[in-house]
Amino acid sequence: MATGFVLSWIDYLVMIIYFVFVLGIGWALKRFMKDANAFLEAGRAMPAWVAGLAFISTNLGALEVMGMTGSGTKYGMLTTHFYWVGAIPAMVFLAMFMMPFYYGSKARSVPEYLKLRYDEKTRGLNAILFAVMTILASGISMYALAILMEKVLGWNFHLSLVLSAAIVLAYTYLGGLSSAIYNEVLQFFIIVIGLLPIVILSLRDLGGWSGLEHQLAPIVTAKGYAADSWTTMWKYTGSTKTNPLGVEWYGIFAGLGFVLSFGYWCTNFLIVQRAMSAKSSTAARNTPLIGALPKMFIPFLIIVPGIAALVLMNTPGKGFALPLNEAGQPIYDYTIIMLLKQYLPAGVLGLGITALLASFMSGMAGNVSAFNTVWTYDIYQSYIRPVTGDKLADGRHYLRMGRYATIFGVLVSIAAAYLASLFGNIMDFLQTIFSMINAPLFAVIFLGMFWKRTTGHAAFTGLLAGFLLALLHHGLTFPHGADTLVKGGWIMKLHEYPVEMAQNFWTAIFAFSTATIVTIGLSFMTRKIKTDDELKGLVYSLTPKLVEENVPWYKRSWTLATIVLVIAMLLTILFW
Amino acid sequence: MGLDIKLPIGLMFSILGLLLTIFGFFTIGDQEIYKRSLGININLWSGLLMLIFGSVMLFFAFRTARTKKENPE
Repeated sequence: MATGFVLSWIDYLVMIIYFVFVLGIGWALKRFMKDANAFLEAGRAMPAWVAGLAFISTNLGALEVMGMTGSGTKYGMLTTHFYWVGAIPAMVFLAMFMMPFYYGSKARSVPEYLKLRYDEKTRGLNAILFAVMTILASGISMYALAILMEKVLGWNFHLSLVLSAAIVLAYTYLGGLSSAIYNEVLQFFIIVIGLLPIVILSLRDLGGWSGLEHQLAPIVTAKGYAADSWTTMWKYTGSTKTNPLGVEWYGIFAGLGFVLSFGYWCTNFLIVQRAMSAKSSTAARNTPLIGALPKMFIPFLIIVPGIAALVLMNTPGKGFALPLNEAGQPIYDYTIIMLLKQYLPAGVLGLGITALLASFMSGMAGNVSAFNTVWTYDIYQSYIRPVTGDKLADGRHYLRMGRYATIFGVLVSIAAAYLASLFGNIMDFLQTIFSMINAPLFAVIFLGMFWKRTTGHAAFTGLLAGFLLALLHHGLTFPHGADTLVKGGWIMKLHEYPVEMAQNFWTAIFAFSTATIVTIGLSFMTRKIKTDDELKGLVYSLTPKLVEENVPWYKRSWTLATIVLVIAMLLTILFW
Repeated sequence: MGLDIKLPIGLMFSILGLLLTIFGFFTIGDQEIYKRSLGININLWSGLLMLIFGSVMLFFAFRTARTKKENPE
């Protein structure tokens, strides 16, 4: 099954126009980059709607778009758990309870919040793990883009890699975080408009949603599931055997809906950085809420076409098929590519390909801009060259360092991409390992924000214990059908999970629980060093509540949060 | 941060929308395109949608600029 496209002049013209604007934004912002605050924190001047769309666009990388469309084909509407229960409660919690502390404490990064709330060693551990994780993620994203360009457009792998890195480097070097955020907003709109024709055409081809359900039933029952198991979310989660995801409701609710999603959305600096760039405390609170609105509807853009693809590939007359891997299994990650090929003629095809390129670049630029902030503030400024007291000179010095860190970050990402091309499994493994810090990190930050008794020694030990237990759990368990130790069981094969997702959910649950128990236990056994005065603005009970005075009720954060939660509940009931 | 993002978004989508609309207009009757996109001139409709979106963004960008000019603080 050929995956290649033949692009025409208009497709290339669409791509060129898009990249001219991407680089133009970086160029236009260059003159405003006068110090480190402007470069690394966007001057804390972003309107809420811009920060909100960037907040969601950072998460809308190509690995997400391609992976989730493929998951739509494999698991149906169950994939939507990642967008509703696996995102919305966490985003509302971040907005209403955590942003006031992140933003109000004047911390410039999540690791710096840990320093202010706890101590230097807790910050150092988080900063170093985060810096390595972002570079790995950026490199893997770069590698995936180059592979895609090679297979789909026939472009040279090395040229694609260097070209994509050069574009990301150019606009992040010129305009810093502002440029990354502005381009993420641009990318958000191009992704939506570029992929919208696929949704419309695939549903039209199958006779709308009811036609899709009708044609899906015999395909799904042949797989041994209920006829509507691909178009419902919770109905068949009573057992791991009755739904294609292979995870029961408790694993989804506690593993994904609580630990994994709160760990990702509330503590991952790559995401939180967008909200921290907002122009006021209210704007910072509204950022995740504004992001939550489009987030809830993204499944209709990328998961529904994935479900349609399952019908198309099982309907002989449609001429739709996915490429096969060496084992003869469909490569589900290519679903969106094959849908582009199926429906889009020259013109909108260029738009669709541009949307994919944009999503790759938003993922890369997000990682690079988060890396340069953590490197400059949490590693370089803390351990190598502390502030001198001359604010103006310091601002310029750290601006220079931020720019060097951007170049360094992109170069190391390129190296990581080449490593991924040589040792793909090892890179996946490393990324899995480093992402295990999210769940225990959430436990430590949550306890720090809502329990003033939590101590620095306890937090550091809890963070480390949760991380090590996650490693241990991964080393002792493996998913069914795993043919490589990268998937787990590299210490010994003690327990088998039905699917990899269940293993991930339970790894997070164990890591979070361990970090929580260790942190609480040790807090009672160690002396509280920080005074209540020092913790003001960092702990919920010691901080005056933010009152939105002179703000009409319909503009208040609580109103927006209520609207978001009501829409999420209605959508969940609709697809129960 | 000095630059109103609505301006480049509006400009880019207006240009791309205009490009696709013109291309769609010139490919009316092209059976290959109609066959692939199920009888819809998808370029024309996508182009018009982008043109409308781009124009709305430009309208808001100019309105913001005018408000700032009249009321700098």
